[in-house]
This record gives sequence, structure tokens and C-alpha cells, in this order.
Amino acid sequence: MFKHILKRLSLLIPTIFGVVTLVFFMIALAPGDPARVMLGERANAEQIEQLRAELGLDKPLIQQYGLYLSRIVRLDLGKSITSGQKIASEIKERFPATIELAIWAMLFATVLGVLLGVTSAIRRNTWVDYTTMGGALVGVSMPVFWLGLVLIMIFSVWLDLLPTGGRMNIRYFFEPITNFYVIDGIIMWFKEGTPKFLVSALRHLILPTIALGTIPLAIIARTTRSSMLEVLQQDYIKTARSAGIKERRVIYRYALRNALLPVITVIGLQFGLLLSGAILTETVFSWPGIGKWIYVAIGARDYPAVQGGIIFISIFFVLINLVVDILYSVVNPKIRLQ
Amino acid sequence: MQNNQTSQEIIKDPTPLQETWYNLKKNKGAMVGMTIILIFIFMAIFAPLISPFDPLAQIIEDRKTPMFTNGHVFGTDDLGRDMLSRLIYGARISMAIGVISVGISLVFGILIGVTSAYFGGIYDKIVMRIIDIMLAFPYILLTIVIVSVLGPSLMNAMVAIGISQIPRYARVVRASVLAEKEADYVLAERALGAGNFELMFLTILPNCLSPTIVQATLGVGEAILSSAGLSFLGLGAQPPTPEWGLMIASSKEFITNAWWIVTLPGIAILLAVLGFNLFGDGLRDILDPKMRN
Amino acid sequence: MNQHEKETLLSIEDLNFSFTTQRGIVRAVRDLSINIKKGETLTLVGESGCGKSVTAHAINQLNPMPPGHVDSGKIVFNGTDLLTLKKSEIEALRGTQISMIFQEPMTALNPVFTVGSQIADVFLTHQDMTKQEAMEKAVELFRLVKIPAPERRVHSYPHQLSGGMRQRAMIAMALASPNPGLMIADEPTTALDVTIQAQILDLLQDLKQHIEMSILLITHDMGVVAEMADRVVVMYAGRKVEEADADSIFHNPHHPYTLGLLNSLPSNKKYKGARRLEAIDGTVPDLLTIGEGCPFANRCVYQTGECSRSFPKETIISESHSVWCHNYQAVKTENRQ
Ligand SMILES: Nc1ncnc2c1ncn2[C@@H]1O[C@H](COP(=O)(O)OP(=O)(O)OP(=O)(O)O)[C@@H](O)[C@H]1O
Ligand SMILES: [Mg+2]
Repeated sequence: MFKHILKRLSLLIPTIFGVVTLVFFMIALAPGDPARVMLGERANAEQIEQLRAELGLDKPLIQQYGLYLSRIVRLDLGKSITSGQKIASEIKERFPATIELAIWAMLFATVLGVLLGVTSAIRRNTWVDYTTMGGALVGVSMPVFWLGLVLIMIFSVWLDLLPTGGRMNIRYFFEPITNFYVIDGIIMWFKEGTPKFLVSALRHLILPTIALGTIPLAIIARTTRSSMLEVLQQDYIKTARSAGIKERRVIYRYALRNALLPVITVIGLQFGLLLSGAILTETVFSWPGIGKWIYVAIGARDYPAVQGGIIFISIFFVLINLVVDILYSVVNPKIRLQ
Repeated sequence: MQNNQTSQEIIKDPTPLQETWYNLKKNKGAMVGMTIILIFIFMAIFAPLISPFDPLAQIIEDRKTPMFTNGHVFGTDDLGRDMLSRLIYGARISMAIGVISVGISLVFGILIGVTSAYFGGIYDKIVMRIIDIMLAFPYILLTIVIVSVLGPSLMNAMVAIGISQIPRYARVVRASVLAEKEADYVLAERALGAGNFELMFLTILPNCLSPTIVQATLGVGEAILSSAGLSFLGLGAQPPTPEWGLMIASSKEFITNAWWIVTLPGIAILLAVLGFNLFGDGLRDILDPKMRN
Repeated sequence: MNQHEKETLLSIEDLNFSFTTQRGIVRAVRDLSINIKKGETLTLVGESGCGKSVTAHAINQLNPMPPGHVDSGKIVFNGTDLLTLKKSEIEALRGTQISMIFQEPMTALNPVFTVGSQIADVFLTHQDMTKQEAMEKAVELFRLVKIPAPERRVHSYPHQLSGGMRQRAMIAMALASPNPGLMIADEPTTALDVTIQAQILDLLQDLKQHIEMSILLITHDMGVVAEMADRVVVMYAGRKVEEADADSIFHNPHHPYTLGLLNSLPSNKKYKGARRLEAIDGTVPDLLTIGEGCPFANRCVYQTGECSRSFPKETIISESHSVWCHNYQAVKTENRQ
């Protein structure tokens, strides 16, 4: 197994390097001069020239690239043009919001997806199966941002049950501690004796979780179903049944443990895609995470910020895939014991 | 046994195309998908003839007309433009997006995939490395990066979506070419003196098309979704183009009082994508049962 | 054999089992009757696809249903008709009174659990004991089936064991019941190489000395039959064509198909008529299109017009020997030694 993990790790650095290179050159080649954008319309040529020098934009591209790489290694992503803040700290500030939402969405998708997938598989070709798989197909055919808007329309506007956006009731006096609001809500409950922060945090999470989780939910349900159907035909399932193991146990222990192996890979991939899908969902729900921040940066043509944000998410995506791969080799004895 | 032989009728073997069609007709999902696709293609082609109004004409006094009112079956938007007409013209744009971006991915994906599998060696290694890196990149971000380089416009969005999907097609094509390239018929052609180009594109490729066709069908749906997303972010189609994603984006503040303006374009996207997904799934089941997931 | 061993343990009566498939109805088992007495080893022989596994799986209801279904018949085990039992009642019988060994030791064990824990799970399902005790029992069984270093081996995953060892582990699992009444062994040695085959068969013989149980042994190898069988049922295309005690099958076969099977044994080429069959020409007919006649007719050298019209009635050769063949007389005359 260690050989396997080492091999994966050795691929990590070139992949990250490749991603950084790709993003750097693409953005560097973008039309429009960051210095001009930053200074606005009324700046004169001299001012622009000066800022270009400050940002290193007057140097040859290769040299800029070298500088950029050396900064990335030091985890320095530069400064945002619009806010003047360090990009790394802006990301750090917003990342908990994105991760919190992503984790909830993924939990929702995984639990429900596996459950629905297993149910469809054991009720193959019944209306349960058809409905679930039909629903899953609709789920992957929907634009996420539209689903978000429709959810807001139904549950916030028409039924007035849930908030339209944000992370916390703005009338509450709330000082984030960890920036994971559910955790903060629990801490506040202990400290102040009122669950209202926790309740508000959860209420704000519901709609974005559903919107963001629907695609992974559909994909996980489909994968689980087909994987489960394949596993249920294996000889060892017959063996377990022939030994009198109860059907529930055959399905949820003997079959599911095997069927989940390919699902784990899918879950990892979806988690990564979810972070990138956050740009759309966070925008719809005014969710103050990295996705919305990148969206704003795109609108403002804040290239360093877009560049930094995208590199950050991409690296995170690569890391998640690595973790999932390692996890996979841990749960699969065939790889673990190599 | 002899009896069996004599009674056996000589039936002409159906061509692969006929066989696929025969199997497809039995697949309900695929048939529903195909019907949806055909309806959208029909709308795209005959948009000027079947649209009741000009999709860009603003009728100020008819703003936000609800559905089935004043001759506007699907109502009007915030600027008084007929929703139905805009949706019909939107089909035109979405079909174009599908065709153009999948076209780009197909052409380059096939070129890269075939050559890389055929020549192998260091060339293959390098190409695959680059493709792995591109795949390590969440593709939504890749399209965003590409569009911000090219500048926001519908055409650039299509190009960006096309480029970002090339790795997938290259993978699929490469895998099936690898499986075919040592087949007897290829070796025979080679022995007969066929050149590399002929072998790659005339001998091997036609036998590798099934998985590529499946991928392309599903890819159209995905391209429509991605383009809607880009337009929503302001990186794709620009107003007043009746692109479905943009229609949603520019009307999102009206969910409180004119639900149809936001809802209908989403349903149009959903249906179109669903059509391609149903058809693609059906095709996959028939052409390539192994490729499930 | 003493008197109480003669008691019937299992009797399958006129079983018809078929599968509804897209291409039509596959009649996998037709009018099949089998009796297994306590302590007896009965072998079911026949070519691939003749319905042996379907028959075996019909007993503890392991055939996928649907598409499979019992059209008619009874399966009486220890006095109760299994076909009338509820799902949970069948589950309770599996692994306690009826256990099973499969053909492919490579795929018949669950790859994500240790072999020991799979066996322990069977104990835990049927008996009241702790995990620790169950694991100790598993070690005991490993010792019984002669797996070396049992304490260590119970913690192995299937892919870490050799084919022979896995089959031993499978047998151990089948023995993980308080009183195994019937062990169904579906081609337990087919996937193994010859020396291992012999070891496994020895092991089964050996176990029968220690544990009083009946074995339904499925095989297409007459060599295995010779080694193991008390009684033999020969099946062809879903039908029983001959049934006899082991001695009579080898020394006094009456069905042309049985002759063919015997001729496929390397040491045994003595039957005339069937000599022309050698490894038996042709293939099993398609069960979809099979008619009412004798299914072997198209491959049979003794075939007459009657054969393709109707399936023959039972002809009793002796108290323990019956055959279903229109022309068994001709077979007999030609092969009289
Ligand atoms: N699930 C199923 N669906 C449809 N037909 C089936 C199914 N299972 C078995 N059959 C059919 O039943 C017939 C008997 O199969 P069976 O597995 O009993 O053969 P067998 O005698 O055990 O052969 P082998 O020696 O290969 O194990 C075959 O023709 C097979 O095609
Ligand atoms: Mg079998």
C-alpha cells in the first residue's frame, strides 16, 4: 500500500505545478491591463506605468512566471486589485464558509444517494427503481443555479419558511469563532445558553445544501445502484445467503461494503467538482465563500484574485482526489495488503 | 442435426446501423430522449416561422404579463418581450452551443486520442500527462479561466467549453484505439501497405466510434448546462441574446413577483439536457454496455 | 449400512423449474425427482448447462426469483415441503441444516472480509456466542479441514490464499453449523488442479466419517463420481435419464448418454455403440426450443422415430436402478459382455 501511496504522492507535485502553470499563462495572456483596471479610467499613463512596475508587469513573461512560482511556494498569492488585501488571507477568511457548505452538501448527497442507490438495486425494475433513477436523471440535467432560485422561490418567497441567503440572521449579534457557523452555533449555545445561532445557521444551510448536493446525489445514487447490481450477482453473495446470513445483513454488510468501493472514488470526484460548482451556488444564495468571491473578482476583472482563487480550488481538488485515493486503498484489502 | 441445417433460413444480416436502430427502438428512454431532441431541433430550425413574436421586441405596456394572457402563452419578461418566442430562439442558441463545442472537443479529442494511441512512446506519455493535468482541473474552472482569457462572449464560451472537454474525448478515443490497433484487420491492412494516416483514420477510427458517439451525445447536454452556467456568471452570452442561462440570470430578482420568467428558461434547459442524457444513456446501453459508469 | 441411515432426508418430487427470459421461457429442470437418504452421497452428473446447479439452488432457494420460478413439484426436507416455507424459515435452514460449497473458490468468498470473520459470522448468525468464541470455532474448523497454521490463516483475506486453501475455507464455512444435515457441493473441485482435487475429495470423504451428513455432489466428471458416489443421478437437458447405485452405473449402464459420459473417462472405452460418440458429439439442445421428445435424441446413435415424439417412461432395471430410454434394450444387447 505504501508503494501505491508513494506513487500517488510523487504525481502530486507535477500535477500541481502543471495546474499553476496553466492558470498563470492563461490569465497572463488575458486581454486588458490589470494596472489600468486597478487605477480606473482617469489614471494617466505615468501612473499606470508606475503601478505596472510595482506589480512586476513590465518584466518579461518568463520572469513574471518565475516570480509567481517562487511566491506560490511561499503560499503568497499576491494582493487583490480591488481590495488591496492579501489574497491568501481573503481566501482563508472565506474558505470555512465554502467548506462548511460543501461538507453538508456532500453528507446529504452521500447518505441519501447510497440509500436510494441500494434501494433501487434491490427493488430493481419496480416503480421505486424507475422513480429514483428517473429523478436522478432529472437531477443531473438541471442547472444548479436555477434549482437554487426555484428553491428560494418556493421555500423562501412563497412559503416563507427559510431565509433567501446568507449564513446567519443578520439581526443577531454574532461573532464567528471558527467561522464554521454550525460549530460556532454549538459553542454559543454553551456560552450563551441559547440555541438560536445554531438554529439560524442550520436554517441558512438547508436550501444551499439541497441545491449544491443534488447533482452529486444523483450521480452517487446511479453509481451505487449499478455497482450494487453487479455485486449482488457475485458468487460470494450466494455463499453468504447459502450460509443463512440474514438478507438485510447480506445487503448492507456483505454486498454494500464491496459496492461502495467504486462509489468512494465518485464521492471524492464529486466533492472536488462541488467546490468548483460553489461559484454558482454561492452566488445564488449570497453565501460569503470563495465561490462568490471569485464571481465578484471576475466581474471586477481582478485577475490576481481570480488567479489565486482558481489555483487554490484546483490544488484543493487535487488534494481531495489524493486523499480519496488513499482512503480507497485503505478500505480495499486487495490494495492495502500489497 | 442435419434436419436443423436444412431448415435454417438464410437471412441477410442487418447492418450495424440497422441493428442499433432496432435496439434503440426498444429502449423507451432513448426514444423519449430522441423525441425531445427532435422537437428542440425543429424549434431551432424553424424559430422565425413558429415564434409568435419577435424575441427582442420590447412591448413596454406588456411587461411581466403572466402566462396565457394577451396572446403571450408563456407570458412576457421584465422588458415586455414574449417568453415563448425567446425560448424558441433560445433553442437555436443552445443547439448551436452543443454542436459547436462538442465539435471542437470531438475534432481535437479524436486527433489527439488516435495519434497518441497509434504512435505511443514518448509522445503518448507527454500527451497523456498534459491530459491528466487538465483532468485534475475542475472543468468549470477551466472554462472560466479560458473565457476570462478570451473575453466574455457566447462564442468564446463555446470555445472554452469545447477546449475544456478535449481531454475526456481524447481519453475515450485513445482507450478504444489501443484496444483495436493490434486487431487482425489492422495488421492485414498494414501488410497490404496502408500508410499511417489511412490506418489511423480510415481503418481503425471507424471501429472505435461507438464510445465516442455516446460521449458526444452526453457531451451536448453537458455543454448546454455549462454554457448556461457561464452566461449566468456573465461570462457567456450577453444581453439581449435569448440564451436560456442568461434569461435566468437577468431575471433572478423577479422570483418574488414573476415566477415564470425565471422558471421557464430553466425548464427548457432541463428538458433539452434531459433529452440528450436519455438518448445518450440509451445509446450507451446498446453500443457499449461495459462503459456504464 | 444400518437401518436408520436408510431414512429419507430430502426428496425432490416432480420438480419443474424455469426461467422467464427476454428470449422466452427456459425450462431448466423438468419433472425431476431425486431422493437422498441420511448419510448418503448422491452425485448429480451431466454436461454443463443441463440444470444441475439450478436443481441444487432450488433446494435452498438460491435461484434468482424472478426470473426463475417453480412451476410445479415438491421439495421435501425432513418431512416439510421447503417450497411452502416463508423466506425467514428458509433463511433459518440455510447454513444450519443445508449448507453449500461452490465451484469457484476464487469468487465465492467475500474479498473485503477475512475468511475467519466470514465463518465466524455464520456461527454468530445461528448460535448464541461471542465474537471471540465464534473466531475460536473458526480456527477449529480450519484445523478440521486441514488448513496449515489455522490461527494465522483465519485472519487472511481470500486473495491471500491459494485456490485449494480457499476451497477448504469454503468447506469449513459449510461446516459451521451445529448439525449439517445436507451438504450441497456444486462442482467443488472443477476449478482446482488435479492433485488439489484429490485432496479436497479425500477431505470430503474424511469429513463424512466424522460428521454424519448427506452430500449432494454435483459434477460432470465421472472420475469424481467413481470416487465419491453411493448413488448417481444422470441428468440431461433438465431431465433425469438414469438413476442407479454407483456400482450399477459403472458396470451396467443403460442410457446411451451415460455410456458416452463413461467413455469420456480416460481409462474406460469399453462401451460399443457409444464408442462412436466419443466425447459425445454435438451440444446440449437449446432449452428454449426443446420439445416433448427425448432431449438426447439428436445426438443418440440408437435414436428411433419414437424418441423425438415423447419422453420415455421409467424402466426399472433393478431395485436400485432405473432408466428413461425408449431403446435401452438395444443399448443393453449391443453392450452385453
Ligand atoms: N438466472 C438465469 N436466467 C436464465 N436462465 C438461467 C439462469 N440460470 C440458469 N439458467 C439456465 O438454466 C440452464 C441450467 O443451468 P445450470 O446452471 O443449472 O447448469 P449446470 O448444469 O449447473 O452447468 P455447469 O456445469 O456449467 O455449472 C442453463 O441453460 C442456463 O442457461
Ligand atoms: Mg453449475
